[in-house]
Amino acid sequence: MRGCWSGIIGLVACAASAQAQPGGVRIGLTYAPGVKPGIVIAPIGGVLGDSAHAMLGRDLDFGDRVSVIAAGSALAPTTVTGKAPNYALLAKLGAAGLVQVELAPGRVRATVHDVGAQRIIDTLSVALPAGGHSRPWRAALHLLADDVERVLTGTTGMAHTRIAFVKGGRTWLVDSDGAFAEPVSDGSALSPTWRRDGGALAWTVLSNAGTRIQVKELGSGRLSSLVATPDGLNITPAFTPDGSAIVYAHGLDNGTDLWIAPVAGGEARRVTVGRGSDNTSPTVSPDGRRVAFTSGRTGHPDLYVADLDGTNTDALTDIGLDDDSYRSGPDWSSDGRSIAFATRLGGQFQIAVLSLRDRAVKVLTSDGKNEDPSWAPDGRHLVFTSSRTGSQELWVIDSESGRLRQLTRERGARLSAWSPRLPAAP
Amino acid sequence: MNSMLPTSKRPTRRPLAALVLGVAVLVSACSKKPETAPVPETSPAAAATASTAPATTATTPATPIAPVVDTAAERARREAARLKAREDSIAAARMLASKTAAELKAALVATVYFDYDRAELRDDTRAALEAKLPILRANSALRLRVQGHTDERGSDEYNLALGQRRAASVQRFFTDRGVEAGRFALVSFGREKPASAGDDDASRSKNRRAEFEILAGGEGLAGPR
Repeated sequence: MRGCWSGIIGLVACAASAQAQPGGVRIGLTYAPGVKPGIVIAPIGGVLGDSAHAMLGRDLDFGDRVSVIAAGSALAPTTVTGKAPNYALLAKLGAAGLVQVELAPGRVRATVHDVGAQRIIDTLSVALPAGGHSRPWRAALHLLADDVERVLTGTTGMAHTRIAFVKGGRTWLVDSDGAFAEPVSDGSALSPTWRRDGGALAWTVLSNAGTRIQVKELGSGRLSSLVATPDGLNITPAFTPDGSAIVYAHGLDNGTDLWIAPVAGGEARRVTVGRGSDNTSPTVSPDGRRVAFTSGRTGHPDLYVADLDGTNTDALTDIGLDDDSYRSGPDWSSDGRSIAFATRLGGQFQIAVLSLRDRAVKVLTSDGKNEDPSWAPDGRHLVFTSSRTGSQELWVIDSESGRLRQLTRERGARLSAWSPRLPAAP
Repeated sequence: MNSMLPTSKRPTRRPLAALVLGVAVLVSACSKKPETAPVPETSPAAAATASTAPATTATTPATPIAPVVDTAAERARREAARLKAREDSIAAARMLASKTAAELKAALVATVYFDYDRAELRDDTRAALEAKLPILRANSALRLRVQGHTDERGSDEYNLALGQRRAASVQRFFTDRGVEAGRFALVSFGREKPASAGDDDASRSKNRRAEFEILAGGEGLAGPR
């Protein structure tokens, strides 16, 4: 079964498909490392059809799990429309899947075909708000793209997500495809982080009177402050998976330690005992039991992991002993399997991923200064800050293929946080 | 340490020299132009104009060409001038006294600097804090905000903790010498508010710093005794 492309495994037996297709034809049913199944998106009718086609194609392309074949416009309509498209021709073009989309009033529908099996896999439908190109309209298409990806590959896409980042001291949000950047905080907001339901952000507010953690409900716009430790430094918030508490770094006059406090108010409890060292940037495991963080307890900033009650502290990597050693900004993937972080190599920060299964570290970048990685909800893509163009911008990398794309052109975007998959618009 | 010693002593010598010079300038200015009773000035710019005034009036001598005549009127005039000069010198002394307070303030809020990724106090940092210590001791109402800053290297988030540690080690310098911790508010801006925009070594060394802001008790600072 390992030799099969997971999404369509259940539909066609591997052996049968291998016999049906001559060697060398790229059909998704035969899994080959690094080869993604080809997909054709049929031309979409209507005034907004072309825009919708471009959006869906881009979303599926950014997902890095399928290869979108740009042949749609060259095909005769009969090849790709109707309940019985020309499967044989599509197969010759290298397509393993066909997606037909219809923009109806108030609704967008998609029919997903398995070209090899010559049958419809599934039909999908998403409510489509009026107002082409508006944010809700685009959100509906992102949602559809994610669902199409789920049907094709077995893994839901991550197009219907947003990325929080800091620019000019404010927190901004931008859609996963780089559209609709908008500020969501006033001034001096750093280190935004998402609640797991995508309904709220927390960030650090800097001021002369000290730093504090603020929570913003995105639906109502309501702002509240975490007041459990009012004085000194209160930075780098991270929600617990149930959203009820925030783990953050608090420092007064003897180093900075991790604390945990209920969002609704109540006493804070100390998590780490750093004995005067700096312990910052917590990231909570998806099961809510462990926390990884940056600590300077041995001299250089390094990565550690502990239980959320502060016990069982352990170094995550070999402790760096040379002067250049500097590891920081861990982010736990939503599947719980990996921790991404920044590590200094040859004087420059690079993005690396630690596999928790075998503690193997894979460095993903080498060009310019790259830091503050944050996982997409697919546990595969990362957004991070890179200076490779000369100014700080957000980039997205596929941790499996290394494929890169520039997300922002803001001249000074940093400290990004990828949202969870967002719910459908109400 | 050695390089900082002269500068820490300078403020105690300079005011004296300036006082003597300032009084001399004002007295000479007044004795030559007694008619236009000079208004006591407080700004250094005005004092500078006053000192240049005699030079300009000297080119246009007064109409009575006769040298000094020892008449009663002249004596009264001289006496008035003398009294005026005395008043002026008192005003000047007051002005200099306030300038001394300004200098005390300058020493108090002078920025101190740190080594890369370190919060430990360097010798020059220690000397600069040493200069602040007597001012804090002599003015018990004085409260300071200590702002810790870092250069742009390293993690933005971790730098906030480093800035806090720098502010805390400044506070510890004073609390170890008997100044109460409650007289300091600590805040960190990490790398967010650089003093110098560049990313060269010179800029970075200016950015790894602790700044001081007077929160209370900054009026009428008494000099160290």
